[in-house]
Amino acid sequence: MNATAERVGFFTDTSVCIGCKACEVACKEWNLVPEDGLVWTGDSYDNTSELGANTWRHVAFVEQRAPLRLDGDVATLDAEPMRWLMESDVCKHCTHAGCLDVCPTGALFRTEFGTVVVQEDVCNGCGYCVPACPFGVLDKRHLPRKPDDMPLQLPLLGKNEDGRVWKCTLCYDRLKGGHEPACAQACPTKSIQFGELDELRERADKRLEKLQAEQWNGARLYGRDEDDGVGGFGAFFLLLDEPEVYGLPPDPVVPTKHLPRLWASTALASAAVFAGVALAFLGGRE
Amino acid sequence: MTGTPSGKRSVTELGSQMRSYYGRPIVKEPVWQPEIPFYLWTGGIGGASSVLHGVARLTGNHELAKRTLLIGAAADAVSPLLLISDLGRPERFLNMFRVFKVTSPMSVGSWILGVSGTASATAAALELLGLRGPMKWLAEAVSFVTGPPLATYTGALFANTAIPVWSEARDELPWLFGASASASAGAAALIATPAESAAPARRAAIGGSLAALGLAELMERKLGVVGEVYKQGDAGRYGKIAKAATAAGAALIATRGKRSRAAAALGGTLVLAGELALRWSVFRAGFQSAADPKYTVITQKERSRA
Amino acid sequence: MGSNMAENHPVGFQWVMEARERGAKVIHVDPRFTRTSAMATQWTGIRAGSDIAFLGGIVHYILEHDRWFHDYVVNYTNAPVIVRDDFRDTEDLDGFFSGWNRDEQAYDPETWQYEGMDMHAAAGGREKGFTAKSGHAAGEGGGGSALPHGEPPDEDPTLEHPRCVFQILKRHFARYTPEFVAKACGCSVEEFVAVADALCDSSGRERTSAIVYSVGWTQHTVGVQYIRTAAIVQLLLGNMGRPGGGILALRGHASIQGSTDIPTLYDILPGYLTMPHVGAYDDLAHYVDANTSRAGWWGNFGSYAVSLLKAYWGEHATKDNDFCFDYLPRIDQDNSIYKCVFDMFDGSVKGFFVVGENPAVGSSHAKLHRLAMAKLDWLVVRDLVDIESSSFWLDGPEIETGELETKQIATEVFFLPAASHVEKDGSFTNTQRLLQWHFKAVDPKDDCRSELWFYFHLGRLIRQKLADAKDERDRPILELTWDYPVAGDIEEPSADAVLAEINGWNAKHEPLSSYKELENDGSTACGCWIYCGVRAEGVNQAARKKPRWEQEHHTALEWAWAWPANRRIIYNRASADPDGKPWSERKRYVWWDEAEEKWTGIDVPDFDEEKRPDYVPPDDAKGPAAIAGNHPFIMQADGRGWLYAPHGLVDGPLPAHFEPDESPFRNPLYGQRANPARQQFDRPENPTNPAGSPAYPFVVTTYRLTEHHTAGGMSRSVPHLAELQPAMFVEVHPELAELRQLEHGGWATIVTTRAAIEARVLVTDRMKPRMVDGRRIHQVGLPYHWGSKGLTTGDAANDLSGLALDPNVHIQEVKAFTCDVRPGRRPRGADLPAFVERVRREAEGGDE
Ligand SMILES: Nc1nc2c(c(=O)[nH]1)N[C@H]1C(S)=C(S)[C@@H](COP(=O)(O)OP(=O)(O)OC[C@H]3O[C@@H](n4cnc5c(=O)[nH]c(N)nc54)[C@H](O)[C@@H]3O)O[C@H]1N2
Ligand SMILES: Nc1nc2c(c(=O)[nH]1)N[C@H]1C(S)=C(S)[C@@H](COP(=O)(O)OP(=O)(O)OC[C@H]3O[C@@H](n4cnc5c(=O)[nH]c(N)nc54)[C@H](O)[C@@H]3O)O[C@H]1N2
Ligand code: SF4
Ligand code: SF4
Ligand code: SF4
Ligand code: SF4
Ligand code: SF4
Ligand SMILES: [Mo]
Repeated sequence: MNATAERVGFFTDTSVCIGCKACEVACKEWNLVPEDGLVWTGDSYDNTSELGANTWRHVAFVEQRAPLRLDGDVATLDAEPMRWLMESDVCKHCTHAGCLDVCPTGALFRTEFGTVVVQEDVCNGCGYCVPACPFGVLDKRHLPRKPDDMPLQLPLLGKNEDGRVWKCTLCYDRLKGGHEPACAQACPTKSIQFGELDELRERADKRLEKLQAEQWNGARLYGRDEDDGVGGFGAFFLLLDEPEVYGLPPDPVVPTKHLPRLWASTALASAAVFAGVALAFLGGRE
Repeated sequence: MTGTPSGKRSVTELGSQMRSYYGRPIVKEPVWQPEIPFYLWTGGIGGASSVLHGVARLTGNHELAKRTLLIGAAADAVSPLLLISDLGRPERFLNMFRVFKVTSPMSVGSWILGVSGTASATAAALELLGLRGPMKWLAEAVSFVTGPPLATYTGALFANTAIPVWSEARDELPWLFGASASASAGAAALIATPAESAAPARRAAIGGSLAALGLAELMERKLGVVGEVYKQGDAGRYGKIAKAATAAGAALIATRGKRSRAAAALGGTLVLAGELALRWSVFRAGFQSAADPKYTVITQKERSRA
Repeated sequence: MGSNMAENHPVGFQWVMEARERGAKVIHVDPRFTRTSAMATQWTGIRAGSDIAFLGGIVHYILEHDRWFHDYVVNYTNAPVIVRDDFRDTEDLDGFFSGWNRDEQAYDPETWQYEGMDMHAAAGGREKGFTAKSGHAAGEGGGGSALPHGEPPDEDPTLEHPRCVFQILKRHFARYTPEFVAKACGCSVEEFVAVADALCDSSGRERTSAIVYSVGWTQHTVGVQYIRTAAIVQLLLGNMGRPGGGILALRGHASIQGSTDIPTLYDILPGYLTMPHVGAYDDLAHYVDANTSRAGWWGNFGSYAVSLLKAYWGEHATKDNDFCFDYLPRIDQDNSIYKCVFDMFDGSVKGFFVVGENPAVGSSHAKLHRLAMAKLDWLVVRDLVDIESSSFWLDGPEIETGELETKQIATEVFFLPAASHVEKDGSFTNTQRLLQWHFKAVDPKDDCRSELWFYFHLGRLIRQKLADAKDERDRPILELTWDYPVAGDIEEPSADAVLAEINGWNAKHEPLSSYKELENDGSTACGCWIYCGVRAEGVNQAARKKPRWEQEHHTALEWAWAWPANRRIIYNRASADPDGKPWSERKRYVWWDEAEEKWTGIDVPDFDEEKRPDYVPPDDAKGPAAIAGNHPFIMQADGRGWLYAPHGLVDGPLPAHFEPDESPFRNPLYGQRANPARQQFDRPENPTNPAGSPAYPFVVTTYRLTEHHTAGGMSRSVPHLAELQPAMFVEVHPELAELRQLEHGGWATIVTTRAAIEARVLVTDRMKPRMVDGRRIHQVGLPYHWGSKGLTTGDAANDLSGLALDPNVHIQEVKAFTCDVRPGRRPRGADLPAFVERVRREAEGGDE
């Protein structure tokens, strides 16, 4: 990674997210991301559903019969406590990024800010990064996208569609211009905090302490730990429930972690093919 | 009926008990198109054929060598077409050769396919023109050594993803694909080659088939919970066909393939079909295991518990 | 309360979140659990339409437990003032105050007066020959203008006199116990007490609390009285005119505050000056005299009025012709919008401008609006996009049902594309009375034009046509000052020039810097007295953008400009005690500097700078001089905060709990069920669900979503917003879903006696049913953003609601009415009205 700049990222603090979706809209406006289908889901107030080629910020909504805090202050008043979790998800800009590792064209690269970005003029739509991302962030763009589009309904050879993958660039262009990312700037409550990663981690630790002191129900950091399966996230979170409740993997691991062993066994397998075939020739032609 | 589709009485009750985000996938399903399983198959045939051809040459079985060379070259010629079609924009295929990345089995594989393909093509061309010489010898040699990796790298490619049913099978996939490749290459050669020169092909087909059957079984067992996708949906259906066809084909070849050319041809066809079905089974299994978040969650929770 | 701030004022809500992070208690009282509730430290659910019971309960709690701020209440409010002995309370008359006139169905406020005072008109007040029923309410209150000087004739500082306001208050709210609140609002006693306690605990000398409301309060037939109750609470707790206190009305459209200051309303002139009525005034002198209060800042009414006339008619306005007072239009009846709709329907109004609104979706009883517009001769719609109001004749719901037929509609519709706020210069006046200037970012496309362009050139053309007209009646138009400089090839008038006129100038045409400079002799001109100073020294003060962190105080007085006189908190003299010292160091804001002999602080003092705290007005004092040094509420003739409003309101001097016009319940307090003075339209086109009717058993409330804006013209047409809430839906509790067999994600039909609409079903615990009066009552939640045009379309919630209005401000009751819910989609075509009719017949048999 180029050392010209400090590694930057996001600390997304869901305990102050008001679910206004300004981040989603600001992202689309700035990055000219197209509309992603007019589907009403009934999943609380979330009609975006997931990250993808046409959604780089996604605000999750989860209604629960549980108190926001366990300090009894209010919880005791309400016979049936209720809380409404909101979380703005985004590309994690992993330290060890599966997408980047597997990209055969070099379209995905690590910027001087330590972020992971797709170069749309290089991406050839091979689609390898899509299943290689442990968070399901990337997707191919199909234009115009229809709600019922299935991956296998892609047009075949020659059809003039986009076909490339798209994802959060951490507003590479804005960073170069010395501005903060559009989503962070739009966030009214500073739920999305942008900055130098080390500093953000300190901030997050303090925040967690405070919330735990106030007995917030289920407060935890996610992706802050530098020796997790992806070497820590460049964009990490403070959550109020298990990651999977927000649609996040509980213990993500970069696929390439096993690559050495995988290559080794592939080499052996190749040898085996070789040997097997050779064996087939023992015992003559008939 | 009231409440949410999930049978919960309200979206709030649902949210309180959710162990995934409204049952949505955590990892994305692959975006690969039907070309890919076909490519796995042709690539396998191409790779393993190069090996058959090489050994045949060395052992002086020129009948077999010729046939396998042409088969291999043909397979290697179709393969890139399939990949290009998958991309949706042909010109983009060239970007594959911008860089060489060991961390990307697809990058490595593209180069292998490129080299191996060119080699087999050259060799085949010279063969048809009846030209001999160092040039052809070199081409054959190159195609010979790049054959095995071409037959197996696709296993690594699949295993090197976040798709539970693939990544958890990282120890078996390259072997499975290698075996499958040998079986189909053998079967193809068997069909094309007169009986008197076809014995090695016959053995390769049988041996490859048995190995593939065994490895598939082993993989499904080791996968545990995630392995159940091989019993369900498309993956299950293709899996059954694969097992049945492969076994039948291998048996037929073993019993009657020696004497009856027809039987050999039929058996070969069955094996080829079986191996194609196997690739489809593995391919679809990947989609299925991605579509249901529970597989991602379970494998990761077990891992972190371990 | 009555505001969903996180969803509807998300940017402002960042400060609430910051306060929460700093330990402030955030309490949300709302029928629904919203995104605001999710952020609050406490959410208390209540039944829609029961807030006066809740707030009245707090008043009771404060008085009962002696939690009121003694020094503040005694000195700064009218608690000690004695009221006439013929005043009767709702407690005495079972839901009526004295002065109710059955035939007129309106109050005569005579008996509500202070002891020893006769009723006297005041600025914005009522005039003879113009009854409350005809809907005209007091604007800003130059109340008690008959006071000889600032002091009411009779008061009792010990607050013990049985007829003093304080004792009246005690008696009036005596029955608003926590148990009553629980019974009427459907919350638990504990929840209520926790709220009341929290409010009291964080009020007083050292701490202050703010109450935030919005249209969850105003859209009721007792909307104004909701806010009055909050005012009583805040005055008793000493939270007015102090930092961190107050009652914050979070307003709507970006400059809706501006459109009341310089009104788009029919019954007031800029700066809340009274619009004269037919026969009410013979001449300027009478008009001024009638509206001048002898004490307080309404004492200078004459200067404000004359300066306005000078701004309108310039050199034509002279002393001899009463400064063209006769040119002012006169009101002859209630011309508020909903009344106008009926006039359109009846054919007496033939033309209609729809500018920056979309009544075919946004106005209550939208169906009536569409039917009425179909009877017009002509209709002008200026909007950014083609909206339901401009296309009702082509694809409106009535076309589908066959109630209207395009061929039969004679209305000539003109659609004129409008320039948006980024395509023009101008100012927004926000909730905090802050004028913020915005500069044009891009030129308007094609034929899109600003409002300024449209009205300026419209006026220009009309004046051209009249150029050689001799007719008397044309002079008001011909003599108007209509000479704004234009620029560019589209000849856009200069917004700055308009601001200069609003700010005003003296005889030498020099810009004025304060309304104190205004004269009544015609030497000054000013388009809106409260805005005077916005362009002091000829500099656009509203365009100042110096960030807070570059300024001395957090009040950031150099960011934009607030009316009046750049004051950020009005009545801020109340932030100091009667002697002029801050109530507390923590909360110091404005105080008397003995050394300098003047008021000072971190805001512009809202008081005569040199008036000593111990100043006692001489008997002959007039205007501001008649206000004592320890009376902060200088717009009131008595300088006090009004716990009790002797006049200014047409439905009573004190708030009392009344049921909504449509409600499943009897009034738990009085025989009189709903506000007797509420404005009703008893006509066949405006049927109402019989109260308590089993056919419409559920309470329905309507509201907004962050993702959309009001009637949707600005959001349903924008892909990036439309995709976020892509369908009209209805929020219901699982029990109700069970009861009515509604399927989550499926469809439901919501029906009232007026219409039936369909919506997707969202089954959620957030719509908790309430135990009211021993009955479990369900509430149905409907966003009102959808209509038949745009990227996402759906039925309009406003087809369901009817027209019953607050009598003071004519706002429709769309926050609490009744309905039924049925599974599945609504009938199509002609079957729809038939279905509604069928349900209506079933409804026979409700009480009252
Ligand atoms: N995103 C967005 N922001 C907006 C707007 C928009 O359309 N979209 N509109 C703007 C405009 S024009 C306005 S006026 C403001 C309005 O701002 P708000 O007043 O916040 O808007 P509403 O959602 O209509 O109503 C607020 C709340 O009142 C509650 N409510 C209903 N009945 C009652 C009741 O009887 N008592 C109490 N206590 N609460 C009740 C509703 O449940 C709702 O949560 O928002 C402005 N801001
Ligand atoms: N049931 C129910 N009904 C309600 C409410 C409720 O809470 N419930 N709320 C009420 C409230 S508070 C309000 S404010 C109303 C709002 O209702 P409306 O004002 O009728 O609806 P809007 O969509 O705000 O209309 C504003 C229109 O102005 C256009 N516009 C924007 N900028 C400009 C401009 O510069 N010039 C011109 N000419 N046009 C422009 C927009 O495109 C939009 O179509 O709805 C009221 N109705
Ligand atoms: S989250 Fe996925 S897309 Fe983003 S960097 Fe990590 S692996 Fe790549
Ligand atoms: S799709 Fe594009 S970015 Fe993704 S791996 Fe292929 S080339 Fe790289
Ligand atoms: S950083 Fe930029 S690209 Fe990424 S989500 Fe935010 S706005 Fe979108
Ligand atoms: S902008 Fe901020 S508060 Fe609004 S949804 Fe996004 S993260 Fe949450
Ligand atoms: S839309 Fe404008 S006014 Fe409304 S909250 Fe956002 S910034 Fe404020
Ligand atoms: Mo509004």
